[in-house]
Amino acid sequence: MDKEKYIEDLKEIKDIMHRSKRFISLSGLSGVSTGVVALIGVFLAYQIVFKGNDYLVHHAVGISNEHLSYLLLIATGTLVLSVWNAIFFTHRKTKKQNQSVWNIQTKQLLLNLLIPLITGGILCLLFLAKGFVGVLPPLTLLFYGLALVNGSKYTLPEIRNLGLIEILVGLIAFHLVEYGLFFWALGFGLVQIIYGLIIQRKY
Amino acid sequence: MVKEILKDLDKAFENRIRLGIMSALVVNDYLDFNALKELLEVTDGNLASHLKALEKSEYITYKKEFLDRKPNTNYSATDKGKEAFKKHINAIEQLLK
Repeated sequence: MDKEKYIEDLKEIKDIMHRSKRFISLSGLSGVSTGVVALIGVFLAYQIVFKGNDYLVHHAVGISNEHLSYLLLIATGTLVLSVWNAIFFTHRKTKKQNQSVWNIQTKQLLLNLLIPLITGGILCLLFLAKGFVGVLPPLTLLFYGLALVNGSKYTLPEIRNLGLIEILVGLIAFHLVEYGLFFWALGFGLVQIIYGLIIQRKY
Repeated sequence: MVKEILKDLDKAFENRIRLGIMSALVVNDYLDFNALKELLEVTDGNLASHLKALEKSEYITYKKEFLDRKPNTNYSATDKGKEAFKKHINAIEQLLK
């Protein structure tokens, strides 16, 4: 009896199910680079806006309009650079693996990421418009985490854990809202870099 | 006993490519021709003939639509096909026990 053939068959089935369902060309380097960008962003924000203030009393720091526009500029720059990095490294990896970037798996992944992200983004803008700057770091962490958990069905399984960690960091950041910037650096910087390295080594 | 199991092994899935098509279609709601082609790394003609065979046994079905005025065919597994696939996998697992 050709047992070998059936073992091969099962292997093939598993492999195809995995490859057809998930976007597996996610680049670990994109995680690392967006993490670094996030850290630079936080450093700049700290230098420009919060320097000279006692870190412990951040909640009491009044942010002037001028500072707020600097902050928004930094935030926008960080966002744009991060997205660009993620696309660049992932595109490079799909090319290396001879896969197309724009297929049904990427569409599913993007759609499922974008639903929580856009919801969170709009909520953040609403808070910002009312002047609640302090809730932005925890909120962005929370919704980013929710987006990752939601999208993880369509990509590498590690992304789910990364999402759960971001949610946890976000919740702690809400509780210790005066340390918002610190937790933001932790979640978007450090955690992201560590996960990027894990993924880069594993795949 | 072994004979019983062998009965459950589906002739339609003896071919690797057909097995691959079914594997992909049971975990996805639908996939188009190009997605399948890329996934299984086969030629157009080869894939088309195996898809036709599976259609004939009513294991898969397709829907034609137009994407940017280009025809696009989405394939999906039928309930009958999913059932047969499950039976086939179970039979393989029994054999390997």
